[in-house]
Amino acid sequence: MLEVKSLKLTLNGKSVMDNLNLEIRRGEIHGLLGVNGTGKTTLANLIMGISYPDEGSITFEGQDITQCTISQRAKMGITLAWQEPVRFEGLSIREYLKLSRNLDSNESESYLWMVGLSPAEYLNRAADAYLSGGERKRVELASVLAMKPKVAILDEPDSGIDIISLPHIMNGITEMGKQGSAVLLITHSETGVEIANRVSEMCAGKIINTGAPEEMCQWFKNNCRTCDHIGEPAYEGA
Amino acid sequence: MIVVKEYETMLEAYGKAGGNSDALKNKEIGNLVIHKNRVLSTNEVKGINVETEETETGVNIYFLVEEGAKIKYPVHLCFGVLPQEGLQEITIKINAQANSEINVIAHCIFPNAINVIHKMDAAIKIGNNAKFCYQETHYHGESGGVKVLPKAKIWVGKKGVWQSTFTLIEGCVGVLDYDFEIFGDEKSINELLVKVFGKKEDDIKIVEKIHLDGREARGLAKSRLVLNDNAKAVVMGETYGNAPFARGHVDCLEIVNGKGVIAKAIPLVYVKNEQAKVTHEAAIGSIDKKQMQTLMARGLSEEEAVDVIVRGILK
Repeated sequence: MLEVKSLKLTLNGKSVMDNLNLEIRRGEIHGLLGVNGTGKTTLANLIMGISYPDEGSITFEGQDITQCTISQRAKMGITLAWQEPVRFEGLSIREYLKLSRNLDSNESESYLWMVGLSPAEYLNRAADAYLSGGERKRVELASVLAMKPKVAILDEPDSGIDIISLPHIMNGITEMGKQGSAVLLITHSETGVEIANRVSEMCAGKIINTGAPEEMCQWFKNNCRTCDHIGEPAYEGA
Repeated sequence: MIVVKEYETMLEAYGKAGGNSDALKNKEIGNLVIHKNRVLSTNEVKGINVETEETETGVNIYFLVEEGAKIKYPVHLCFGVLPQEGLQEITIKINAQANSEINVIAHCIFPNAINVIHKMDAAIKIGNNAKFCYQETHYHGESGGVKVLPKAKIWVGKKGVWQSTFTLIEGCVGVLDYDFEIFGDEKSINELLVKVFGKKEDDIKIVEKIHLDGREARGLAKSRLVLNDNAKAVVMGETYGNAPFARGHVDCLEIVNGKGVIAKAIPLVYVKNEQAKVTHEAAIGSIDKKQMQTLMARGLSEEEAVDVIVRGILK
């Protein structure tokens, strides 16, 4: 469904994406596991069109989208939930959920329930600085659910989340899979990819392994935690 | 007969500008409608006393909210100049007596202005434990030919509340010189909010001053401006913490979205009591890139994303 081929990106003379290949299949939850600084967020940005590669291609449903804008990709059905969602002054959560398409009240409510937020309490609240980090992440996930995307890129939805919010986040991602969306679930935690169908390991700008979650988690524990690449500068913001 | 015709024309202009003209016809809702220097309609409700005096260039208004009166529905004030040229000087004295509560919505309509001046000089006294919420919304045409000069001095008594919002986001601003100053007594709440959308050659000056003179007085001077094209704006938010446990905050955000825009923010925080605390934040910049990307990732075009962000800031 979405294929990334031979992607290369150099920033300030340093290679941050090195011949990267990745395939996301229709309807699957695909975990992308890697320690901090391996280029996961950079890859998410390249897929969403926030930045562009030096070489390589990204195809979606057979169409080359490498040079498409963010809006064009979103209109095709690709979206991204950022690791740290931004806050919007003067926009209610109800309005935020309706950005991508016109929802009736019942639909808006159902998407909030999926991420464990009570519509009575949250629907008319502002999507601004008065929401906690966990609430904001859940609202972000609800807005991605509301979009019914074909591919959702979720950048570390589990990081910085309390133990109460985490199951709701995971439930929201599972719901996304049920409604037929493919999910690229980016995380640096083995537990984060437990709900995935397949997992790819990322290290120093490359996909080094793809397989079943249990196998990949074991491999991650055995290899990546002692990898020489830990501690290299993060490539985020590329 | 002329008054009736003028009144209907004002209501029509008000409706076209997006106002709810039914509110001005409803007998249960207090109102005062003034065109240039003519009082076209007054409707007093129980607990309010309004006296007016037409002058050569405007109207003097004496507005009393009786002690303990809780006014159920918002009172509507409607000021306007419908011709292309004109001067309107409104002098208003408000006395909201102790323990009263009222919401006032003022609409200022200048849809055809080429050379119109609207001045307002207000002296407002909010009694002890009284609450006064004031919203002023302007509807201007696209020519930018209007000068708006609202000045107010407000004294807020013990445990009194003053909350005002000045909104000018419809049409071109023209020239705006807004100057509101509050003196807050013990445990009073003093809030000023200004929202302005400047474009073309608009020239905007905002002064918000809050003196927290009483123990535990609270103050917020907040402004939100979006500037396009060649608009100029200077915002001066000043808060003075003069008493123990007074708490104040100045919050200014200006979004610049045009090559010819000039934006200034001059916050002043002043404390002369060691137990008072006043803070400020001022930001001037272009539209947040990450907000844009987030909205575009939901399928909005760049123009639609800018529109959502700007409308949110000015909401």
